Amino acid sequence: MNWQGWAEIALTLGLAVAIAWPLGVYMSRVWNGERTWLDPVLKPVEALFYSAGGIDPKKSQTWHAYALALLAFNAVGFVMVYAVLRLQGVLPLNPQGFAGVSPHLAFNTAASFVTNTNWQSYGGETTMSTLSQMLVLTVQNFVSAATGNFWADLIRTTLYVLLPLCIVLSIVLVALGLPQTLAASVDATTLEGAPQKIALFATASQEAIKQLGINGGGVFNVNSAHPFENPTPLTNLITAVSINVLGWAAFFAFGRSAMARKDIRALVAAALILLSAGAAAIYATETQAPPALVAAGVDASVNMEGKEVRFGAPSTATWAAMTTGASNGSVNGMHSSLMPLGGAVTLFLMQLGEILPGGIGSGIAIMVVMALLAVFVAGLMVGRTPEYLGKKVEAREIQLAMLAVLVIPLSMLGFSGVAAVLPEALKGLMHAGPHGLSEILYGYTSATANNGSAFGGLTANAPWWNTTLGISMMLGRFAPIVAVLAIAGALAAKPKLAPSAGTLPTDGGLFIGLLIGVILILGGLQFFPALALGPIVEHFQALAAVASVH
Amino acid sequence: MLSHLRPALVSMGLFTALLGLAYPLAITGVAQAAFPDQANGSLVRDAKGTVIGSALIGQPFAAAKYLHPRPSAAGAGYDASASSGSNMGPMNEALAERVKTDADALRAENPGVVIPADAVTTSGSGLDPEISPAFARLQAPRIAKARGLTTPQVEAVIDANVQGRLLGFIGQPRVNVLAVNRVLDARAPG
Repeated sequence: MNWQGWAEIALTLGLAVAIAWPLGVYMSRVWNGERTWLDPVLKPVEALFYSAGGIDPKKSQTWHAYALALLAFNAVGFVMVYAVLRLQGVLPLNPQGFAGVSPHLAFNTAASFVTNTNWQSYGGETTMSTLSQMLVLTVQNFVSAATGNFWADLIRTTLYVLLPLCIVLSIVLVALGLPQTLAASVDATTLEGAPQKIALFATASQEAIKQLGINGGGVFNVNSAHPFENPTPLTNLITAVSINVLGWAAFFAFGRSAMARKDIRALVAAALILLSAGAAAIYATETQAPPALVAAGVDASVNMEGKEVRFGAPSTATWAAMTTGASNGSVNGMHSSLMPLGGAVTLFLMQLGEILPGGIGSGIAIMVVMALLAVFVAGLMVGRTPEYLGKKVEAREIQLAMLAVLVIPLSMLGFSGVAAVLPEALKGLMHAGPHGLSEILYGYTSATANNGSAFGGLTANAPWWNTTLGISMMLGRFAPIVAVLAIAGALAAKPKLAPSAGTLPTDGGLFIGLLIGVILILGGLQFFPALALGPIVEHFQALAAVASVH
Repeated sequence: MLSHLRPALVSMGLFTALLGLAYPLAITGVAQAAFPDQANGSLVRDAKGTVIGSALIGQPFAAAKYLHPRPSAAGAGYDASASSGSNMGPMNEALAERVKTDADALRAENPGVVIPADAVTTSGSGLDPEISPAFARLQAPRIAKARGLTTPQVEAVIDANVQGRLLGFIGQPRVNVLAVNRVLDARAPG
């Protein structure tokens, strides 16, 4: 570890929050239907969506209607992705001549893109034709990040926030070296006379959406570790910041819209503390001595397996924390090759519920659920009815909050438990022993949390894995969303109370500490036994292996 | 549910046209006009105009006169259509064996030197175009011998191609393998 590494981590994490602050104000204006400076260009486009779709953007929906609209939109998207993937063999714009995708892979991919997970069961460059990449993936990436009026929220967020940012980011990225071409590949002859076929794509436009849309599905198999997706430390800084910037912006936008800026700043502070601790922990583990390097008598000051030279430990650690803290799932190094405790931190950050800062809108929503639980726990301790943002928190809200919070471990641990004893599932593993358990656990954790990154040793492109991972993505996505909408509906119907002497202030250090405690206990207690059997055992094996060499 | 079907179908259709086709095509147009070199893969050509690789994509080099890249897990090694890491966990026995074999080979070539970690580990992409300055300098004596140069001459070429950290603290110092090999070929075709 060195000062450069710590400075890079601090800059990357801090820059995302600093840019998100003003961006959040803009985003809140968009959500509230206020005037923006893009109105002259985008108003007519927006009006076209409303008139063609028969949408009245001013008509506010009940939470039932909002949830139904959301499900309808996702159902249409799901059917479309599934159909295009199954039929890609006979559709145009397929210069590589790929065949149609198998039913279980098409199901998995459709579930993945609709839930914004992007679990890479397919290797992007070998299975997806140009048509699938451009048409379906791009659209899904855009729209599944957005979640008043569902249609107005969806259309305005996509047109006014994602689209302009993606245009700017993709052009910047091309200037910094990312390819942007319709050609599929180029043939080179190396100086030694060997042929090399270099895969190309419209990389920059997809990269921008993948990062900003909290989507994470790469153009290439190895995602942002690929030098075409992420060629330099500068592109790495910019794209890493893009992972978290809209998630944080949604916090600030919510704070402005709900007139609760101070309370939201407390949520940001709690999330940023946890995320920074995660990045620091991974940096520390990746500079631990790897047993293979120690045994071979090589410089063992950094674990370079699965890492790019231009990134090293600090860039890879920062990215690993940011991508698992948000529900992004892109990687710039291989998580399966992280040191055991580094891998455990990425698992743990996903298990906390993707709230650091999570996806655009979904992160802040689950964070508010955590805040409700925190005030509830505090209320129990002093014997008062808890309140949050001026609303009384009562039995129904807590039941719904617990439902949202409990579906996640049920899917992560339930499926992992079954897979761990099922021969059909175990065939997909690359490693036996604790690392094998980590592969299983990472798979369902990532899918349920809609993250999409992987311990790549797992061969997930098989009927069992494609199907169950697809189901856990759907559970992890839609159960919390519906519960959160129901909570919002219940809270909206209650009168707003003025704070009294008995109200727990939710904007100070005490509350930040309480909230961090609730998040860690919910995450820690539920998942610790599983982590103990996987990465923690492996950590002690690694220590023993290193000690036996000395 | 049915009342939601029309807006769902219409917005999906319009988003497809706008974001699935217009957006990537417009960006491609702008990119090809403004940054044709980057947009087409930062290709490197020889004097005759033949493509010899991309400045961003690693290549296998085995001859003694060339700077060698890191081990690669992409296909049979540096397959630029099949990017891949090894995905081996830290306790993987095959990893330990591979590292040991590679380290022994490097030690036989350069007795008594400290072998840097990147010299015996595969990258995340399997297409890492760069190596650490330490790994590059370690290869200087072999390259010098094969080309009839002195070790300091080769080291000077390597040092001139070291890229430092951005602003002194972002990323890691590194050397582009293909760039060094082109300079070496131009200077002393061994």
